[in-house]
Amino acid sequence: MTRRNGEAVVRVENLHKSFGALEVLRGIDMEVHKGEVVVIFGRSGSGKSTLLRCVNFLEDPTSGLIEVAGVRLEGGHRTKGKREQVRQIRIKAGMVFQQFNLFPNMTVIGNVMEGPVTVKGIPEAAGRAHALELLAKVGLSDKADEYPIRLSGGQQQRVAIARALAMEPDVMLFDEPTSALDPELIGEVLAVMKSLATDLHMTMIVVTHEMGFAREVANRMVFFHEGVILEQGTPDEMINHTKYPETKKFFEAVL
Amino acid sequence: MEGAAQASARVPFRLKVAFVWVVIFTILGLLFAAADFNTQFMRDSADYVLRGLLYTVVIALAAIVLAVVLALIGALGRLSSNPVAYGVSGFYTSFFRGTPLIVQLFLIAFALPVVVGNLGLSSGIEDLLTLDSLVAGILALGLNYGAYMTEIFRAGIQSVSHGQSEAADALGMTYGQKMKRVVLPQAFRVIIPPTGNEFIAMLKDTALVSFIGATVGQEEIFRRAQLVGTRDFLPLEAYLLAAMVYWALTAIFTFFQGKLERRIGKGYVRGGATGGKTKKFLPSGGAGGVAGGGGMVEIETDEMSGGPELPGQSH
Repeated sequence: MTRRNGEAVVRVENLHKSFGALEVLRGIDMEVHKGEVVVIFGRSGSGKSTLLRCVNFLEDPTSGLIEVAGVRLEGGHRTKGKREQVRQIRIKAGMVFQQFNLFPNMTVIGNVMEGPVTVKGIPEAAGRAHALELLAKVGLSDKADEYPIRLSGGQQQRVAIARALAMEPDVMLFDEPTSALDPELIGEVLAVMKSLATDLHMTMIVVTHEMGFAREVANRMVFFHEGVILEQGTPDEMINHTKYPETKKFFEAVL
Repeated sequence: MEGAAQASARVPFRLKVAFVWVVIFTILGLLFAAADFNTQFMRDSADYVLRGLLYTVVIALAAIVLAVVLALIGALGRLSSNPVAYGVSGFYTSFFRGTPLIVQLFLIAFALPVVVGNLGLSSGIEDLLTLDSLVAGILALGLNYGAYMTEIFRAGIQSVSHGQSEAADALGMTYGQKMKRVVLPQAFRVIIPPTGNEFIAMLKDTALVSFIGATVGQEEIFRRAQLVGTRDFLPLEAYLLAAMVYWALTAIFTFFQGKLERRIGKGYVRGGATGGKTKKFLPSGGAGGVAGGGGMVEIETDEMSGGPELPGQSH
């Protein structure tokens, strides 16, 4: 069913997450292997973003186990004492947000250098050189010294991708990266994401409604429904041969 | 009638305002002349009173530095989930906002040494806490303004959108790195304008320090005005002189504060400075965010009116 061409980069075991009385995740098991592109989809409120945010502990899981690039961490009790381990996981997992969340007080290149220089302690000159390479990769070399506010949404999101890449993560997490964009700007962001998959063989978990992207780039599609994984498979299996009426209904709504 | 209205509309607003000021000053000047003040005394005393400027400014500058440090610590405490930090900062702001500044000044200057003396500690500590009036004044003003400014700093930090904090977390930043590199630089844009107002208010409150006396030669403006006014039985002239010095001082600092405010808009202004109306972008408190803005809200401010207003406060 899934392509297993390497060790698991991300492993999620029996993950539960509740917000008050509302149980958003009701036992998720998932493995993502090196080089794999996994697209998570499902209706809003099905828990797909919450799963992504649990992987790098932006949300503290209620119970269950998260492993990212060899760092294992259990949810379920206060992670205060585990702060350093959480930080290690975050360093290994790059995150791209729906709202970009670029730092408006820094230039574009400042944003991209920030992680390596401040968090990893890489010398500024080396950080700058690497950041320039990454900006070239996302097609924004000429915007290095601009402030984010002067960029379009699509450009901002490409900077955000470069910023996450600069940490040289083992996995990239994309939380609805094109949902806040005007339709004509979606393509440029998806193109960059596609190049990450095909050129860099980056391990990626992508929460998105872009079924075209999923069909073209994903190795595996995972359908979330009411806090559980209802079914998963290759894009062809999911889009053309789904067994579940819930999945069928979802595709009818978005395709 | 209509012709007059049209003619009026052609005169710029600022010119009209300037005219009003000229009229006010003319009336005041006439009254001043009619009141037959001893201007010779005012001219003679000006030099002595102005030498107090140094002490007034030193007290205010030292106190605002202390207040900024206390406000930052206080605000981080108010936003902390640690009960000790939250409780201590809550006590601090409650006490120093809940008692008059003049009372705090007297407590620090006169009560502190006595209280410590009664505790039976070594007389060395008692001597140490018998403060020079300048130091007592700085401490009292700094503690008092720090308590008020804690709220300014807390609001400023909270104005930085949660997404910014999450982006810093996601990069693996520690709490200290996140505050220093991401949250505080953005919060300071919101914090600096009201802090400037606090400083200007503090310049005037330094006059209260005169009530705990002053070392000879180190008197600030108001103390000096009191001294010369009492000596020569011309208190009205002396206080008027003091008022003009304070007014000029605050006018100068208000001017520089306006300049500072316009400078810190860098990175938030789309397009160059064009004068007149400028679009400023502030981090929004809400999570909703505007598409394409990275969670920013757009606020149009008039160059004249300066920055956005924070939840206000009065002393």
